Amino acid sequence: MEEQKIRVLIAKPGLDGHDRGAKVIARSLRDAGMEVIYTGLRQTPEMIVEASLQEDVDAVGLSILSGAHNALVPRVITLLRENDMGDVPVFVGGIIPSEDTVALIDAGVTAVFGPGTRMDVIAATIRKAVAERA
Amino acid sequence: MPELDVLIEQACNGNRRALSRLITQVERGDDSAETVISHLYPLTGNAHIVGITGSPGAGKSSLVNEIAKRLRHLNQRVGIIAVDPSSPFSGGALLGDRIRMRDLYGDSGIFIRSMASRGNLGGLARATGAAVKVMDAGGFNTILIETVGAGQAEVDIAATAHTTIVIEAPGMGDDIQTIKAGILEIADIIVVNKADRPGADITVKALQAMLQLGHPAKTVHHGTVVDVAGVPDEQSALSWQPQVLESVATTGSGVDDVVDEIGRHYTYLRETGRWFEREKDRSRQEIEQLLTARFIARLVALIPQHERDAVVADVAARRQNPYAAVSQLLEKMMSADFQNLPRG
Repeated sequence: MEEQKIRVLIAKPGLDGHDRGAKVIARSLRDAGMEVIYTGLRQTPEMIVEASLQEDVDAVGLSILSGAHNALVPRVITLLRENDMGDVPVFVGGIIPSEDTVALIDAGVTAVFGPGTRMDVIAATIRKAVAERA
Repeated sequence: MPELDVLIEQACNGNRRALSRLITQVERGDDSAETVISHLYPLTGNAHIVGITGSPGAGKSSLVNEIAKRLRHLNQRVGIIAVDPSSPFSGGALLGDRIRMRDLYGDSGIFIRSMASRGNLGGLARATGAAVKVMDAGGFNTILIETVGAGQAEVDIAATAHTTIVIEAPGMGDDIQTIKAGILEIADIIVVNKADRPGADITVKALQAMLQLGHPAKTVHHGTVVDVAGVPDEQSALSWQPQVLESVATTGSGVDDVVDEIGRHYTYLRETGRWFEREKDRSRQEIEQLLTARFIARLVALIPQHERDAVVADVAARRQNPYAAVSQLLEKMMSADFQNLPRG
């Protein structure tokens, strides 16, 4: 019998076109043995949640460098809840000021990973959150 | 998570979240997969299963995107299963086919699911067939399966799909490549994508020439037209001759013809009775795969790990040959089975 694979959606919500960070994360989670669904640039929260639902992912990772995180992230979380996926952990990466981090965690984000976060820390945090959900 | 029977009922009533969860269940391949398929099986068999295969970067995802849009205009509900490879080292995967399918967002008549191949060779995941059944039972009329980027021998799709489309891109080798055994043999429809690129006409001609080698044709020989005999007429009237079509998936050019040809192949399968022949082939392969899997599971359950390891070591060290090793394992399995028989 196969071990349970962790399926993670990595998405770039909003309008910034810098996807190197998202690709680095996608690649390193792949190397950590996860199945990463990468949806590409300029996704709306609706697109991200629809993809999460169809893919039945265990976690959602959002990469935002545009500064629009306070608008985009809560919208994703609300839509996940509306679609009976409120228990799916959401992670945010990118350029997030520390005062906003607190607000995002309050809004339901599991963790925020800023620049310089170690890849093994990210993978371990996702694994732990997914295990706690099950 | 709700009980399985609740999920099954919800999925059959069009609940997308339930459908998605059921696919996860069958992908896990454990006992719940068996329960799901046993319940759903009577509801399956209606969808037209179309496989799309070809080398990496030939344009499979883009073409799937365009085909799906056109099928929606024909009021078909379209399920899409996109398979990408799993890493042989980490077991992880990067599933990126959705990037090319963003036009399909926001349409409840479309359901896209990415699958990792999870070590399966042949271009599909082991659970792809089961995922197709879930979508079939969920009322999708056409199910498009995009295989792993395939080379020459990943031909599992032919046994899973009713209609197989092989996508080629220009500039992939000379005409001898086209008569090699393997992937081109399974094509019901051949599409030369990126037909706006230089050399596309040469690729089309090479593929057409390959197809004519197996079929009756007219050819010009020293200035006179001669008939080249092929199979007898009554047989050729029943047999399907693949067409070579051209498309540019990024602009949608030529995709209408591909969709028409998919429809023509569906009609052909239905009218000639080949549909049921393909179903039988598929069922046969499925039963054989399940038998193999069960058999191996039984082996693992009956013979302890250290005994199996010892046999492997013996073969590696040339103390025993592989055939003798298999006979020995089989004998042990049968005697273990015998001891486990209920007494009385």
